[in-house]
Amino acid sequence: MTNLHTLRRKTVNIVMLTITGLCTLFAAGTLIYILGYLFVHGATSLTWDFFTKLPTPVGESGGGMANAIVGSGKLLFLASVFGIPIGFLGGVFLAEFGGSTFSYIVRYVTDLLNGVPSIVIGIFAYTMVVLPQKHFSTLAGGLALGVMMIPIAVRSTEEFLRAVPDSLREGAVALGASKAKSILTVVIPAAKNGIMTGIMLNLARVAGETAPLLFTSFGNRYWSSGWEQPISALPVMIFTYAVAPYEDWHKQAWAAGFVLLTMVLTVNIIARAVLSKRKHVAR
Amino acid sequence: MAATPTTVTTSTGPSTPSPGYWQRLRSGDEAAYVITFMAAAAILAITGLLVLELYTNSSASRSKFGWSFLITSTWDPVNDQFGALPFIFGTVVTSFLALLIGIPLGVGAAIFLAELAPPKISDALTFLIELLAAVPSVIYGLLGVFVLIPILRETEPYLKAALGWTPFFSGPFYGVSLFSAGVVLAVMIIPFIISISREVILSVPGDQREAALALGATRWETTWDIVVPYAKKGIMGSIFLALARSLGETMAVTMVVGNDPKIKASLLAPGYSIAAVIANEFTEATGQLYTSALIELGLVLFALTIVINGMARLLIIGADKYR
Repeated sequence: MTNLHTLRRKTVNIVMLTITGLCTLFAAGTLIYILGYLFVHGATSLTWDFFTKLPTPVGESGGGMANAIVGSGKLLFLASVFGIPIGFLGGVFLAEFGGSTFSYIVRYVTDLLNGVPSIVIGIFAYTMVVLPQKHFSTLAGGLALGVMMIPIAVRSTEEFLRAVPDSLREGAVALGASKAKSILTVVIPAAKNGIMTGIMLNLARVAGETAPLLFTSFGNRYWSSGWEQPISALPVMIFTYAVAPYEDWHKQAWAAGFVLLTMVLTVNIIARAVLSKRKHVAR
Repeated sequence: MAATPTTVTTSTGPSTPSPGYWQRLRSGDEAAYVITFMAAAAILAITGLLVLELYTNSSASRSKFGWSFLITSTWDPVNDQFGALPFIFGTVVTSFLALLIGIPLGVGAAIFLAELAPPKISDALTFLIELLAAVPSVIYGLLGVFVLIPILRETEPYLKAALGWTPFFSGPFYGVSLFSAGVVLAVMIIPFIISISREVILSVPGDQREAALALGATRWETTWDIVVPYAKKGIMGSIFLALARSLGETMAVTMVVGNDPKIKASLLAPGYSIAAVIANEFTEATGQLYTSALIELGLVLFALTIVINGMARLLIIGADKYR
């Protein structure tokens, strides 16, 4: 009886532990499969023309997405101009002047903004920029991505500033520096690597955003003629090309997916390497 | 240049001139406070503006349909009839399906990574799995269309043979369906569940485990009866975060859900979701009422994710207090 009981417990133990192992295998296997599939399909679809040529009209093969690559760059630039200063300064406020009810509210609202679905942010940019101007524009797309960058910029800045030991702040103040001076010349430089890495990760995240661009920057099959005009972006092109019924477009979508994912993952891997190195030093 | 008393600067606003006010202003303290304060206030302003814009721009639809917008299922742009129910249905069903698949796999993997795997292997695998969370959603959509749907087409006969007697797996299968969307969402949320749950499980004090093992519990009993209940709130939090993400997910769902605003019992039938209909129809929406109805859908989605995120936050904060 007791033996049977023990046996049952031991069996349950082994079976359940194996199942959790299989779960892990499945999760990790999915990643390897996804990456492998995308890299094989993407790399074989990638040609030099992809980086240098404009999309060709329907029915003509060849062509590339040079305009979408530049377009993504321009959108990210606008997003950074809009999102990083607000996010960074907000993060400095929370880390260095925090503690009040106001900063608690700011932190809460920032988290709330971070949870807003990207498509809703797109609607916001649409009503703010597209509706008054009555046409799609690069500006609207940049605004949408910029709003998406704010909460993450706030969080990562605050986190890395908080990681700076108080003894550094106290040292600076003891030497006669004002609080502002100690923040500018001691605290921020000490957290510089972390903050920069956070910004890179942030850019990598919004670089893949598609939904908020669909009705703000819209898309463009040619070079965009200015900030006020619609512009093409890599993720939007992936969407358009993947759901279109043309074999040739599907290939281009794979190539674009390959380029986008390579960029995003490279930034992520480098960022993680930088952050973990920093952690080791701190330990 | 005398040193300023730093204890006062943090709490004094710019509007209260105290003896050292001008000096502090010159040394930059007040300026630093004001500038960063304005950035923080701007975040509140932007979020407030976002809610306001959603609310005012959906007024035409709200005043015409009222609350019945949420419970009617006619979506007929030609006759200006708009009801959100099919989209709410699709959003809820796909997210629920994603959780149904994602929770066991995610929590199981988190348990393995936190409790059983050797630290080095655990770290390496977690690193890989967290990279999955960084993959843009449009790429999940791309893989959904060209990889997952063909796989599902092949497994569909077996699925039907096993579960075809239920209304959920009946009817023809075209590939694009609520089921496909649920599976893609599951793949997308699993990394979230794993990475947060693993953190929470790792933070359970070691003496809890030692005590259980010393009393003769097996490894699994220790994990399941002691560690997991201890970490329950945090794990729930990770699940709510994953839910909020899958409710708002747009691209991957749009590409595989089928985009058909009907309510059907079968998961194999094409459906639609709130985010997907906004993505697909916003640029084509002609007429004020149509656009307004789509913006109201945005408002509904916003409210839905805010509530779920708020619950996740409460749960994770609750878990933090335990530590």
